[in-house]
Amino acid sequence: MVGQTASQPGDARPKVAVRNLTIRYGQKIALQDVSLDIRENEIFGIIGPANSGKTSFLRALNRMDLFTPGMRVDGTIRFDGRDVDKWRNVYALRRHIGVVFPLPVGLPMTIYDNVSLAPRLSGVKKKAVLDEIVERCLQRAALWDEVKDRLNSLGSLLSGGQQQRLTIARALSQDPDLLLLDEFSIAIDPVTTMRIEDVLKVLKEEVTIVLVTNLVQQARRLADRTAFFLMGELVEVADTEDLFTRKASDERTQAYVEGRFG
Amino acid sequence: MFEATELNIRNHKVERLWGLLFLLMTVLLILPVLVILGVLVYKGGPIISVDFLFTEPKDGMTAGGIFPALVGTIWLVAVALLASVPVGVAAALYLSEYAPDNWLTRMINLAIINLAGVPSIVHALFGVGAFVLFFRFGTSILAASLTLAIMTLPVVIVATRESLQAVPHAFREACWNMGASRWQTIRHVVLPNSISGILTGVILEVSRTAGETAPIMFTGAAFFLPFLPQSVFDQTMAMSLHLFVISTQVPGVPEAMPFGVALVLIGMVLAMNAVSIGFRMYLRGKKKW
Repeated sequence: MVGQTASQPGDARPKVAVRNLTIRYGQKIALQDVSLDIRENEIFGIIGPANSGKTSFLRALNRMDLFTPGMRVDGTIRFDGRDVDKWRNVYALRRHIGVVFPLPVGLPMTIYDNVSLAPRLSGVKKKAVLDEIVERCLQRAALWDEVKDRLNSLGSLLSGGQQQRLTIARALSQDPDLLLLDEFSIAIDPVTTMRIEDVLKVLKEEVTIVLVTNLVQQARRLADRTAFFLMGELVEVADTEDLFTRKASDERTQAYVEGRFG
Repeated sequence: MFEATELNIRNHKVERLWGLLFLLMTVLLILPVLVILGVLVYKGGPIISVDFLFTEPKDGMTAGGIFPALVGTIWLVAVALLASVPVGVAAALYLSEYAPDNWLTRMINLAIINLAGVPSIVHALFGVGAFVLFFRFGTSILAASLTLAIMTLPVVIVATRESLQAVPHAFREACWNMGASRWQTIRHVVLPNSISGILTGVILEVSRTAGETAPIMFTGAAFFLPFLPQSVFDQTMAMSLHLFVISTQVPGVPEAMPFGVALVLIGMVLAMNAVSIGFRMYLRGKKKW
């Protein structure tokens, strides 16, 4: 079922190459035998109903399985050609990968510290550099104008939508090569969602983005290519427009994008 | 339309009945505490004075004050705290943040809970065997405090672990996803948000050891010793043992004296608890989520 669309000729070096990925939690299989390529500087959408393995897929990409009791990952994931299993240091790997969760997580520290924590942990000390990172990331996350006068107030006291944008700013703070967005817009109002979507369109010039979303239309608006996951199975990967306009090659995909189920 | 039905009315009555019952149980709980405090203050209160607190016992402990015992108890609790807190907090950090979720970890957790239930006299005998004899500390503050420390370790670990677990898991995940190591996550996110709970929980638990008698009577507390200890290798008097001694072992002690000693002992524990609770309230005011 994967076959032709997954790895096309001409993808000399995909950003992320996934082969035969199977994820288990104890006995339960969350994702089975998935192979696909994510190209450099694209927005790669993943759609599918709940429980179809989308989040598990993201967790495997930055090796969160190490910190998740019971999670087992088989198969290979190559990031920039390197097997993620073989990075001598997962922390270095994760610094190249930014993650945004469905629910906002404002760390209980100041807004400034929320954004500057990751750079500081990886050794940036100069105040001027940190200031610049904080401003740039908050700008990108469409939050700067709202918080620039109170960078020293607590991040956890912002509203839900603001905290989510703070989370996005934090994910961008290490200039990741790969940005994983897990249903980032659940807690944000539609206007802000649109602003962030605009940001993402610009951002993909520099960053490869994996966008997991429950909003089929969001995938259509943003993703260059889209994968459809269903109950732990990759049904198909295709150029987003093909998936939505022409007949999707699989009937289940077609039913899902047209809102006939899921 | 808004009339209460038969069922509404009955539910309301039952509701009030349960509320009353629970209130009664609560009062029943508080009553003994109030009676004890009342009796102690009534009988022991008059004897308490600056002299009582700050002079040595005289005339075969039938007169004079309790200064050496007071100082001794402070020594014992302080050294026990110094010994048990670093070990207990480190163990709790391991169990909460590092340990894999397997049968060994579960066994250890179970053992810790059971360890908290070991009778204090068993700890006392262990202390004699381990610290007094094997490590050759002799009967000393060090041996007694280490025995107390061993005894409080389980509760220190449990209190610490609970504070750590109160920090939402999402904070840790967010931090790990930024490429922070486990230690960096603990250092920058987990500890700053749990340290108040850890400290106050630990102080509350350890302050209770001020009243322990069995674990110290064979390991470092002296029957009568009218000097202040000079180092941790000295023996010392202690409030709890002193209370036991003058209540049961020495004839001719004025009636007010044991009550006075008990009152001071309870006062010490309450004072420590008050400090701990005040500290907690102060830090909770600064809570960040």
